[in-house]
Amino acid sequence: MKKKRIKSPYASSLYWPAGILYMVLFFIPTVLSLFFSLTRWTLQEWEFIGIENFTLYFSEENLRIGFRNTIIYAVLTSGLKVIFALYLATFLSSKLRATGFIRSVLFFPTLVSTIGVGITFSVLMNPYEGIINAVIKSVAGFFGKTTDGPGWLIDPNLLPIVSIALVDVWKGVGIATLIYIAGMAAIPRDYYEASSIDGASTRQQFYKVTIPLVRPAMFSVIILSFVGGLRSFDLIWAMTGGGPGFISDVLASINYKQYTSGYYGLATAGNVILFVVVSILVFPLSRYLNKKEVVM
Amino acid sequence: MKIVRNSRLAKALMLGLPAVLASAMLAAPAQAATEITFQTWNSQVSQDQWNAMTAAFMKANPDITVKVSYVPGGVEGDALIKTQLASGTMADVFSYNVGALMQAIDPVRNLVNLKNEPWVKSVNSGFIPSATGPDGGFYAAPFGTAMGGGILYNKRIYAKLNLQIPLTWKDFMANNAKIKKAGIVPVISSWKDSWTAQLFVLGDHFNVAAAMPGFEEKFTGNKIVLAKNPSTLAGFQHLEEVRKAGYYNKDVAATTFAKALEYLALGKGAHYPMLSAGIDTIVANFPTKASDIGFMAQPGTNAKSNGVTVWMPAGVYIAKTTKNLEAAKKFVAWTVSKESFEVQNKVVPPSGPYFIKGAPVSGNLTGVFTDLYNYMQGKGTSYPALEFLTPVKGPNLSQICVEIGSGQKNALQGAQSYQKDLQKQSQQLGLAGW
Amino acid sequence: MILTRNKGLKSKTKYRSIWADITGIIVTVIVFILPFYFLVVNAAKSQEESFRLNMSPPEKWLLFQNIAKVVSDYDWHVLNATKNSLILTIFSVFFLIIISGMTGFVMHRKRDNTSAVANFLVLTALVIPPAIVPTIWVLQRIGLYKTLAGMIAIEVAYGLAFAVLIFRNFIGTIPKEIDEAAIVDGCTGWNLYFRIIFPLLKPVSITIGIIATAAVFNDFTNPLYFLPGDENATLQGTLFAYVSRYSTQYNLLFADILYITAFPLLAFIFFNKRIVSGMTAGSIKG
Repeated sequence: MKKKRIKSPYASSLYWPAGILYMVLFFIPTVLSLFFSLTRWTLQEWEFIGIENFTLYFSEENLRIGFRNTIIYAVLTSGLKVIFALYLATFLSSKLRATGFIRSVLFFPTLVSTIGVGITFSVLMNPYEGIINAVIKSVAGFFGKTTDGPGWLIDPNLLPIVSIALVDVWKGVGIATLIYIAGMAAIPRDYYEASSIDGASTRQQFYKVTIPLVRPAMFSVIILSFVGGLRSFDLIWAMTGGGPGFISDVLASINYKQYTSGYYGLATAGNVILFVVVSILVFPLSRYLNKKEVVM
Repeated sequence: MKIVRNSRLAKALMLGLPAVLASAMLAAPAQAATEITFQTWNSQVSQDQWNAMTAAFMKANPDITVKVSYVPGGVEGDALIKTQLASGTMADVFSYNVGALMQAIDPVRNLVNLKNEPWVKSVNSGFIPSATGPDGGFYAAPFGTAMGGGILYNKRIYAKLNLQIPLTWKDFMANNAKIKKAGIVPVISSWKDSWTAQLFVLGDHFNVAAAMPGFEEKFTGNKIVLAKNPSTLAGFQHLEEVRKAGYYNKDVAATTFAKALEYLALGKGAHYPMLSAGIDTIVANFPTKASDIGFMAQPGTNAKSNGVTVWMPAGVYIAKTTKNLEAAKKFVAWTVSKESFEVQNKVVPPSGPYFIKGAPVSGNLTGVFTDLYNYMQGKGTSYPALEFLTPVKGPNLSQICVEIGSGQKNALQGAQSYQKDLQKQSQQLGLAGW
Repeated sequence: MILTRNKGLKSKTKYRSIWADITGIIVTVIVFILPFYFLVVNAAKSQEESFRLNMSPPEKWLLFQNIAKVVSDYDWHVLNATKNSLILTIFSVFFLIIISGMTGFVMHRKRDNTSAVANFLVLTALVIPPAIVPTIWVLQRIGLYKTLAGMIAIEVAYGLAFAVLIFRNFIGTIPKEIDEAAIVDGCTGWNLYFRIIFPLLKPVSITIGIIATAAVFNDFTNPLYFLPGDENATLQGTLFAYVSRYSTQYNLLFADILYITAFPLLAFIFFNKRIVSGMTAGSIKG
């Protein structure tokens, strides 16, 4: 099996800068820390304890809440972003007059820091003094009904994590839209011209031309927002700190709390578990999406 | 030389980061005076205090410059401080909690033993155990005042309804019933800042210690089951009882610390289980109302034994990694000097006694200060909080208290949860008996 | 007959599109502008007024006084932080785009074992949270701890996975025939990428540029760990500090948020036209 060796026109050296940065600043530290997940670690001293951290992690009382919330949060945020952003991007790529304005407005939240967004929305969502419930109350009053409005971030059930997910969508939909718009800009105009000559309606064009051709962008949005949702933590931390009680905890916030408590080995084990969970969900998804792309 | 070589390696590694940036770090400024770094929490009060203190110190010691930097409070600050110590990047001198939190930063390994410093003799003996490491070394200079853990209350409401300071929990609940009848919120709580929810449990330690002599030793050795002792369960039950009686403010889950103090100051609520230092915020935001506020111990079952649980001030530490030990020691010694207290009094009037013998107290003292001072001067009417007597302290207590207060858990389940939390912490710290 | 019917249909769609416009604007205003309105009015109030946290306009506009107070506070500390943040953001984004584009390109085009490994590593990096303490240890060894250069390297390293993934997927939309034509002309290796492909990546580079700018500029936890010290403070660090310092002074807190947001906002408004034109100009024909 002799193959003629030709020098590939694609230089492997293009990998180097990224590869070196990744190795030095990400890979080596990560491997070092993986080892520590098998230890009781004070950052300065460690004691090898085998898989004890993992068994301890699974005995965590609020782990079920954490798992449930992580999945809900990831599915909700990525699902809503994928759909909303697609429609927004279609709308913004069209020739309507308001698009410039809306496009700018849509990206503002992306530019605001998470802490800023967290502070602002926890004030707006205050069930007693917040503006959101004030509006709900007055609308209800208009129809002759009285209501206290939902408890948003302080409800003792699922509502806090859903509320935070909605804020996450508010903040992140601009990025998803941006990725879509860049994807749509890459669709050759001729396809639309050809299809409209064939008599396709705008609606048909959307389903038959835009959606298939915007797929690479859609895959990026799906993977990024899903992984982001599974790992998400900073907005949750800024808005509820996982509370009230433990009701809006996700895996990442449980890990973070263990880290701040000084349980470094345990927190590292938690990160390994989070990694495994995300991998189980994301790698098959990514492979599936990659295959579809190749077929296309 | 080493630095230069490292940076060259770094340049090679970064492939294309501009040389300007990489070499910028090589320029080490030459300095005549010794410079030491100091790190403390970030709050308006602490910033004002330390600015004034370092200015006064540098005036007295022109050969030393102190550079102050600030870290956030709360768990973020805890994590950062532990990271700094572990990576050898801590400031020369820094302030942090004493007690269980000091034990958690491994004082023997990370901190300079100050036992033989001349000023240690003047430290109030009540402070000593909470800054003593497992090796018997003494690691912190006290900074700031004592705080009482109990109940801030509105004196106007008490006068209007003709109420007496309750000496038992039963009396307290009876007062609450009357207050509620008068259309006022009996107990304010603020779960949006969940740390404030712990006071009923933590502030009950005077009563626990009175009922169970030698408690701390048994507790540290894992010989106590919280859910099985009436006195250790009491604090958890209080959270539940107050909820069941409907005494909390309606918006308790959305209320912040600052909001709760506003309710108290304006007389919308009568009691707020809190640290006495909460008065500082009222002084800042509602100066005319500060005189309406008083402070009482959290009552227990026995009217004859009524006293306050005391929180120790923060500690000022020297990190072992310091390169300017002499200057650092000089600075720490100055913080407990008479001049230092005069500066502190000028910036913020003290809200409790200092822990240095003979430290001058002056300024506009509040009623809360006087109440706390009386408890602490009295015989057998004050006792340190549990976290200053044991390294065992679970990090999840505040969330568990919120769960009980909001009815997600009952008192018994809460106490059991907290027991598990303690167990996990002690195992992670490698304490014996867990 | 047919013609008139067609005309009727056209004006009907036009009519509908106006309604789409109006609804779009109204919804956007409510959902996206109101929170900003809230931010602005509260940043303009006095401390007592801002404590109410409502939507009503301030009795007296103190916006500039409040911002001036925030900026001048703490020895004009915020100005230095502004400088640091701008340097950090500009350099990080620049290197991120250059480095990750190259990687995405070779990953997509050269389907071999290396690209499979790279693919795996990219997803891994998306998933695993960075290990703080070992990273500090590494930075200290290479002399980059507590330096802006080190912080830039960190931001690039942490942004790589995300940027490479997007670049890789978009390079999928560039027909291989373009490469082949260039290769025939003798353009290979780094030249192939930087001369031929990179210019075609303008829309996605801009996209990543915007996203990375927001991410780096708004990052506060990483500088907290890798770039400690007051002289190195970034703007987000000052905001984080103000959260505890201004716990009851909402007006100043919001003023600080506004001040910080102003930079990416102005950049965005300034570049908006170019972003849009860049996106469309870069689209690939056929």
